[in-house]
Amino acid sequence: MEFVSPEGLRLDGRRPTEMRQIRAELGAVAKADGSAVFEMGNTKVVAAVYGPREVQNRSQQLSDQALVRCEYSMANFSTGDRMRKPKGDRRSTEISLVIRQTMEACIMTHLMPRSQIDIFVQVLQADGGTRSACINAATLALADAGIPMHDLVTSCSAGYLNSTPLLDLNYVEDSARGPDVTVGILPKLDKVTLLQRISCRLCMTDTTGEYKGIRISTRWINYNEG
Amino acid sequence: MEQRLANTWRFTVNERKFIETALLSDLRVDGRRPFDYRNLTVNFGKEDGSAEVQMGHTHVMGFVTAQLVQPYRDRPNEGSLSIFTEFSPMGDPSFEPGRPGESAVELGRVVDRGLRESRAVDTESLCVLPGRWVWAIRIDLHILDNGGNLLDAANIAALAALMTFRRPECSLGGEDGQEVIVHPPEEKEPLPLILHHLPIAVTFAFFANENSVAIDPTHHEEAVMGGRMTTTLNANGDICAIQKAGGEGVLQSVIMQCLRIASVKAGDITEKIKKAVDSFNTHTALKKIKRHPSSIPMDVDGADSKLREKQKSLVDKKATIPCPSENVVRETKSLDQ
Repeated sequence: MEFVSPEGLRLDGRRPTEMRQIRAELGAVAKADGSAVFEMGNTKVVAAVYGPREVQNRSQQLSDQALVRCEYSMANFSTGDRMRKPKGDRRSTEISLVIRQTMEACIMTHLMPRSQIDIFVQVLQADGGTRSACINAATLALADAGIPMHDLVTSCSAGYLNSTPLLDLNYVEDSARGPDVTVGILPKLDKVTLLQRISCRLCMTDTTGEYKGIRISTRWINYNEG
Repeated sequence: MEQRLANTWRFTVNERKFIETALLSDLRVDGRRPFDYRNLTVNFGKEDGSAEVQMGHTHVMGFVTAQLVQPYRDRPNEGSLSIFTEFSPMGDPSFEPGRPGESAVELGRVVDRGLRESRAVDTESLCVLPGRWVWAIRIDLHILDNGGNLLDAANIAALAALMTFRRPECSLGGEDGQEVIVHPPEEKEPLPLILHHLPIAVTFAFFANENSVAIDPTHHEEAVMGGRMTTTLNANGDICAIQKAGGEGVLQSVIMQCLRIASVKAGDITEKIKKAVDSFNTHTALKKIKRHPSSIPMDVDGADSKLREKQKSLVDKKATIPCPSENVVRETKSLDQ
């Protein structure tokens, strides 16, 4: 299938290194301490943060830092074919773990010992790049909750199809089973905190190309949020 | 989450400090340098498709089994590959029996990403009857002892088990040619799987102070480290998967350096696995020779006659070779007539 037209445009009319439209909204969930809705094109994610609050399960309490928990879920209506997915399947368990560890690294957990921060992320519409949208939403929700952080994590995905590096894949491009990479960056420290790559045989040099595109994009996200 | 905490709890501040400060001067607790891999030993079980990998204290077992199943509807002519992890409570006190925990799921997913999504196993050759029967390959990974860096060990165990696995040969038969006949191993030699390349996982640990990096972290180092990155590469230097799930941030240049080191290590590990598999294969082949010709030890005295018979049969065979050509000649003659 042709993902990049001879004119250099993608299926949805974007240029290879162009992102989708981004929209962020804070305070979407009234009850939560912090919340955000984040949209990247048709991908829509809502995140809610509760805490820092008392640890619910005393045995998990940490005396020197805050306990961060994260739960990721996908709404049944988020994908094209509506189906009931069992809660806690392998994929969502892994993404929960990834989001938790990413957030844990940027939250100043040592300032809030013996307390707990809960992050709930739900995908409302999935159109590729849910992982990065979730991380962006979680960061915004944490910022909205006023939780002290070292930096705001920003994330974006990229892929390689028709021998062109493409930024911010949508569902059609994502399901083409080409190599793709999700990167999470701490822009102020200029460090990579999240890096996940799924690929079918690609050499190293291509990574750098993708990588640069992502860095530009993350700067851009940051600028928009600021 | 609880598993991870249980791991860190056993550590005192002094022990942490010791590991961290030693790393600053490029030393590690077990005497390695930061970019030294632990010694790797691969053993195989009696049956095909079982491997046991030992790396320091880490001990992982991999089993491969196959079953004929209906294929997925969207891929009617492809077999499937699935990976299951078993974190036995005897491996580490923090592993709890019951449902797989977060780390078990992550391990399974990363191995899966390396093997399946990089298409290391040729799934199309696992098809018996398109849309009806395909082979489903199942890899079970059992963690017997957790000495750190389970991921790499599990990946190697999975690879070694896949390389020695043999699936029974099948053929189609019956009246309509739609019936699947599975030949027992005595009847037809079982077939090995087709592996396109060997994706090797190499894990790096990142430490908070002074950007120290260490390859193949032990259990103790895992309790101290701030972040981890697993890169899955093959011997050609192709990157099949990377997993860095949050944790300590690292510079882009460090990641590239790690990838370069990982590609060298992947080459070394591939060599080791191939060597182990080769010796296992020759071993099994030798065993087979011993099993079948029961005549060898029996006809010690009659060896001469046997030899003569063999030579005779050889001669006979040779004699039969020109026959077809004669027939051809005759046929052409008849055609001429």
